[in-house]
Amino acid sequence: MTYAFQVGQTVRVKGGDPPGHIRTPAYLRGKLGLVESLQGEFRNPEELAYGKDGRPLRPLYLVRFRQTDIWSGYQGPATDTLSADIYEHWLDAEE
Amino acid sequence: MSADHHDHDHDHDHDDHAAIEEGGPPTEFELLERAIRELLIEKEVFSADDLRRQVDRTDSVSPADGAKVVARAWTDPAFKTQLLADPKTAIESLGYDVGPAPNLVVLENTSTLHHVVVCTLCSCYPRVLLGPPPDWYKSKEYRGRVVVDPRGVLHEFGTELSDQVEIKVVDSTADMRYLVLPPRPAGSENLSEQALAALVTRDCMVGVTFPDRPAQ
Repeated sequence: MTYAFQVGQTVRVKGGDPPGHIRTPAYLRGKLGLVESLQGEFRNPEELAYGKDGRPLRPLYLVRFRQTDIWSGYQGPATDTLSADIYEHWLDAEE
Repeated sequence: MSADHHDHDHDHDHDDHAAIEEGGPPTEFELLERAIRELLIEKEVFSADDLRRQVDRTDSVSPADGAKVVARAWTDPAFKTQLLADPKTAIESLGYDVGPAPNLVVLENTSTLHHVVVCTLCSCYPRVLLGPPPDWYKSKEYRGRVVVDPRGVLHEFGTELSDQVEIKVVDSTADMRYLVLPPRPAGSENLSEQALAALVTRDCMVGVTFPDRPAQ
C-alpha cells in the first residue's frame, strides 16, 4: 500500500464544488489539516455511487483540523479539534 | 361494518384489531427501494431470506452490546489495548459476529480529550455494536451544529466540559465507524463487569455525555 502523505504531514483539502457523490464535506474544502492516521485503501465512493467498480483503490486518511482553522468565529478554546476521513485525491501537500 | 355488529349501546365506528397501515402513497425513495430490492432478488444477487436475515441481525443489535465491550475494556487492560489497536479482533473475541460491517475504530475519552462522533454527510454509525442510530443523531440539527459549536451542543445534552479538555469532533465521512470508549466513572471500583455495563448508555458511546454514575 503506498501513501502519498505520512502521519504528521501538513495537508490542504482541495477546494471546488464538483458535481456527483462527494464524501469530502464542503466545510472542510480548502482547509489546512494534519495527517493523523492512515486508514487503509478503499474503493472510491465517487465511482461506486454510479455503479462502477471504484478501482483503483484510494488511500484514506484521518485528517485533523483545528476548529479555529475551520471556522473564523469559533467560540471554544483554540485547542479544540475536528477530524474527518479524507481520500488521498482530495488532499494536496502543503509546504 | 355490518348492522348486526351494532348490538351494544353506542353508535360510533370502532375496531380494536385494525391493521398497521402506512399513510398515503409510497414516496419516491420507497418505490426506488422496492424496485431495486425486487431486481436484486430476481437476479439472485441475494434471496428474500438473506435480506430478512440481515435486517433481523441489524435490528437485533442494541447499545447493550456496546456496553458489554466497554465494561470488558474497563476491567481487562489487555482487552482494552487490543480494542484500541485492533477493534475487529477484540470484539470478535467476545463472540460478536462483525460480518461485512465497515471498519470499526474505537476512540478513548479521557480527562483531557473528549471525542464526540457525527456523520455530517448522512448517518454513519457503529451499528455493529450499537444497532440503529437514534433520530437525533440523524437530524440535520445535530449534524449541522455539532461540528460548528460542539460545546454548545454538548451543553444542550447536559454535558459540561472545561476549556482544559480538548473536544475533538470526529466526522465519519468515509469507510470507518467510530465508537467512543468513555472513561470509567469514579466510585465504580468495586462493581462487577455486569454492573459496570449497566452504567454505559448509548449516548456516552457517541460522546455526547458520560456514563451513568454508580448508585451510592
